[in-house]
Amino acid sequence: MLAKRVIPCLDCDLGVPGGRVVKGIEFKQIRYAGIPWELASRYYEEGADEIVFLDITASHERRHTMTEVIKKTSEHVFVPLAVGGGIRTLEDARSAFNAGADKVTVNTAALRRPELISEISEAYGNQACVLAVDAKRKYGDDMGREVVDTLKGKCWFECSFFGGREFTGIDAIAWAKKAESLGAGEILLTSMDRDGTYDGFDLELTDAVASRVKIPVIASGGVGKPEHILEVFQKTHASAALAASIFHYGEWKVGDVKKYLAEKGTHVRL
Amino acid sequence: MIAIVDYGMGNLFSIYNALNRVEASPKIVREPEDLEGADGIVVPGVGAFGKCMEHLSRFELALGDALKEGLPVLGICIGMQVLFDKSEESPGAKGFGWVPGEVVRLPDEVTVPQMGWNDLSIKNQVEILDGIKDGDMFYFVHSYHCVPRDRSAVAGTVTHGTDVAAVISKGNLSATQFHPEKSGVKGLRVLENFVRSARC
Repeated sequence: MLAKRVIPCLDCDLGVPGGRVVKGIEFKQIRYAGIPWELASRYYEEGADEIVFLDITASHERRHTMTEVIKKTSEHVFVPLAVGGGIRTLEDARSAFNAGADKVTVNTAALRRPELISEISEAYGNQACVLAVDAKRKYGDDMGREVVDTLKGKCWFECSFFGGREFTGIDAIAWAKKAESLGAGEILLTSMDRDGTYDGFDLELTDAVASRVKIPVIASGGVGKPEHILEVFQKTHASAALAASIFHYGEWKVGDVKKYLAEKGTHVRL
Repeated sequence: MIAIVDYGMGNLFSIYNALNRVEASPKIVREPEDLEGADGIVVPGVGAFGKCMEHLSRFELALGDALKEGLPVLGICIGMQVLFDKSEESPGAKGFGWVPGEVVRLPDEVTVPQMGWNDLSIKNQVEILDGIKDGDMFYFVHSYHCVPRDRSAVAGTVTHGTDVAAVISKGNLSATQFHPEKSGVKGLRVLENFVRSARC
């Protein structure tokens, strides 16, 4: 039986040689966490099922630095590596794959030009193209968008881009379904309401998307303790859970979280 | 030297690094004649069945000869599927047919592609599974799976809607549906076993 995956995410500032891993709280208060390839190797040794690198730099030097980071990492880490942030063209995707990435995640560029999803999946296979969706709850006028009944009332989910700085008016559920039909192999679904809060995943968002697409959904945003990961596996159809801060600052080891999940009856790789 | 067949369909970095890690002295080979001198050959898997065969067919003779000479050959993922006669993924495209049978789509009621770690059920403790136990997990990414006519070639399976052939072993020909290069230490162990078989 397919196991649930636990995926550490490294937000990388690539404006310095070798890059550095940082984590912001709601995109403010940036904290330094370590060197990307070193952290990735540590998580691999601890039992990470996959590693995601997200480039949060704005500089132009980044493509080269990310290539270096992936090359270095793939010499030491033998689980799948996904790379996202700033993948705008098939050419960007190609340079990530050539450096050793197994998957790329696309967000802003795909919202602007959805064909990018088809281009990547046709060239590298569906599994290689992950759609990242950053979604935020919107209560009030849904204008015909897909509405979800939540504990706090009816809402819809709006896609944001540019790392949560701008909103699109696009319905996140409809977008996920469209991306699936365009060839995305997986959805990395982040709740902008929960990201960086340590309050747990947005279970209603996660389940709304995961029960409407056939491709795997990676839940993201809000993990503060292992119970949150257990909860998202027990209460939604998520295939994987992504977490950053709880691993970065030594609060939890990936392996300990997975042991906990296994004890509670979740099928994970130990 | 372990040759990695490069048929121009993408990144061989991962398999190269993994073979390097198990001290296989890997070499990426772009021309059939460069397979000469290899102790073993890895056929990695990238892309769709038909496209893959289009690029791989020029290696057919050289690979066939290597198999006849008893050289260990390891197919990975699509590199396993092309060993069969044909695939539903690319109707009309011909596989190598070294393992009789066909490749069919995973059942509709499960997530397709199967993406992630699944536990291996060992049917036959063959050499490349040395040190691997029942329940050890490997990383899979695929939408189609192999159905050999002779089930005795199947050394290991996983469950994903149906019994999926995960490891094939037939004399000096081995293949895995999973990616050993992406399956952590267990995957490295499988590669190490393969490399050892190539050296004796």
